[in-house]
Amino acid sequence: MSRKLLLEHINVPGINTLEVYRQKGGYRAVEKALKTLTPEEIVEEVKKSGLRGRGGAGFPTGMKWSFLAKPEGVARYLVCNADESEPGTFKDRYLMTYIPHALIEGMIVSSFALGAKVSYIYVRGEMMPQIRILEKAIAEAKAAGWLGKNILGTGYDLELYVQPGGGAYICGEETALLESLEGKRGNPRIKPPFPAIAGLYGCPTVVNNVESIAAVVPIINDGGDEYAKIGIGRSTGTKLISASGNLVKPGVYEIELGLPVEEFIYSDEYCGGIANGKKLKATVAGGSSVPVLPANLTLKLANGEPRLMSYESLSEGGFATGTMMGSGGFIAFDEDQCIVRNTWNFSRFYHHESCGQCSPCREGTGWMEKVLHKIEHGHGSMDDVDLLWDIQRKIEGNTICPLGDAAAWPVASAIRHFRDEFEWHIKEPVNSQQQNYGLANYATPIEKAPVTEEK
Amino acid sequence: MLKVEEQTPVQFSSELLAKFDEVKSRYPEGKHKSALLPLLHLVQAEFLWVPTSAMDQVAEYLNIQPIEVYEVATFYTMYFLKPQGKYALEVCRTGPCCLVGAEKILDHLENKLGVKEGEVTADGLFSFRGVECLAACGFGPVLQISPEYTFYENLTTESVDKLIEDLKNK
Repeated sequence: MSRKLLLEHINVPGINTLEVYRQKGGYRAVEKALKTLTPEEIVEEVKKSGLRGRGGAGFPTGMKWSFLAKPEGVARYLVCNADESEPGTFKDRYLMTYIPHALIEGMIVSSFALGAKVSYIYVRGEMMPQIRILEKAIAEAKAAGWLGKNILGTGYDLELYVQPGGGAYICGEETALLESLEGKRGNPRIKPPFPAIAGLYGCPTVVNNVESIAAVVPIINDGGDEYAKIGIGRSTGTKLISASGNLVKPGVYEIELGLPVEEFIYSDEYCGGIANGKKLKATVAGGSSVPVLPANLTLKLANGEPRLMSYESLSEGGFATGTMMGSGGFIAFDEDQCIVRNTWNFSRFYHHESCGQCSPCREGTGWMEKVLHKIEHGHGSMDDVDLLWDIQRKIEGNTICPLGDAAAWPVASAIRHFRDEFEWHIKEPVNSQQQNYGLANYATPIEKAPVTEEK
Repeated sequence: MLKVEEQTPVQFSSELLAKFDEVKSRYPEGKHKSALLPLLHLVQAEFLWVPTSAMDQVAEYLNIQPIEVYEVATFYTMYFLKPQGKYALEVCRTGPCCLVGAEKILDHLENKLGVKEGEVTADGLFSFRGVECLAACGFGPVLQISPEYTFYENLTTESVDKLIEDLKNK
């Protein structure tokens, strides 16, 4: 069994209550941080841990914290991003449902480190049950003196509130989240200024993902150096992976970074293989926005070495043969799934969720959806594949926020690796409505020899 | 989108206004507009949708222009701008759920309830729609029912039938 830092006690009955959470060592990090460490020392520990943002971008958390401006007499804010909406990702929901105090403990330590006196947890609106769970847990913590005025007699005051969103994927982007928290439409802001300088209400603000904040607890308990010993290279610590799709055991798993992808998919400790005895055709390794890979490139790098679950190994080979860690939303497709249909589905998602501010995204996502709909339903022409490629190229990099890129990459990677399947839909308009393209050569093992780039 | 319909303006109860006051107290002085999204959720929980007259009163309560409420209510997909069934079923229709049969569940609901997506059944009890990812991909297909947002996972056509019967008999 690999080491568990966040989910160690997840199966303990009553771990969602303060009492049991305390019995299992909960809130030790708050005591240690508030009584024995200075805010600067906490930031230093988080830097040493090598923790990288768990929401998707993978930016070092300690570094992000150190950018926070600290002008005299101006309030600072910590906002937790619990707007988990990336298709394939459901780890934050899991953590908040079963072990809400882990997030609250992390929020207290992190708020103290950043000098925030009021902090918000922005939870996506659909997660009303989780909002109720968090509010109950906050009330428990407050009654026990872990929140409010003069926490543990240290003179530190903190109020923690839960803010519901309204069902908009875009609010997972940090500046859109801040707009939404200010009671406005979730339109991402132009950066700079970055939130560290001008965030919530124009004040210096740090926005961190739920899992990043929860990870601060073991970092403070055991020290940043200990945390950094787990994992591989610059991918330190453990990561929650949300596994979905055609797997024997979908669910949330905590892995040590560096675990081979093959082991993650097939070992009984994790996903237990592909459901119904079928074969793996493709995966999306980090949530819907990251490039889709065929089975062979999922398990092996282009040079035949095994691919690992780490930031570096998943992105090895760039977009030509690699993908990204993203938010850790691991989606598996079995041999009967249609890549064209799924790409169309994802395009519809991005079209639906585009905020409409930038024309390449607003117009491009809808256009891609229409072209993909046409191909999927047997009305496509060969030019359409090139048209799709052209549209996605013109969205990528040309928008205020990364939603444009996130819409472009799934389409680009599907064409890059599965062009045969798109062309088959066009050449066989009748057959493609009745049967699937199947596994084709997408799972053909990669030999450990110099391989030319896959087209 | 915001078609002003013939309607009797809704009345906010004193309990609802007390909840409004509590929410408003969460933000710094002068930043009460932040309460807008939570207030609209409270309105929807009370009336099962967000009528224009309620938006106008929310605007008045927060001392902001009505347009500031309308633009938010129309941007976020959770707010119902027309009446729904007493039980508004929302089925996730995004990629991972479709890999495990979400489209079949949506088709089944349409047949079972005898209404199209977005319509309300004659008895006023049910409406349904497909929504984008609900962040429960490992337990798909999933649906949620507002206003409580209770969650139902690993759906099959049989479990959906049972759910509908249970709700009818509630």
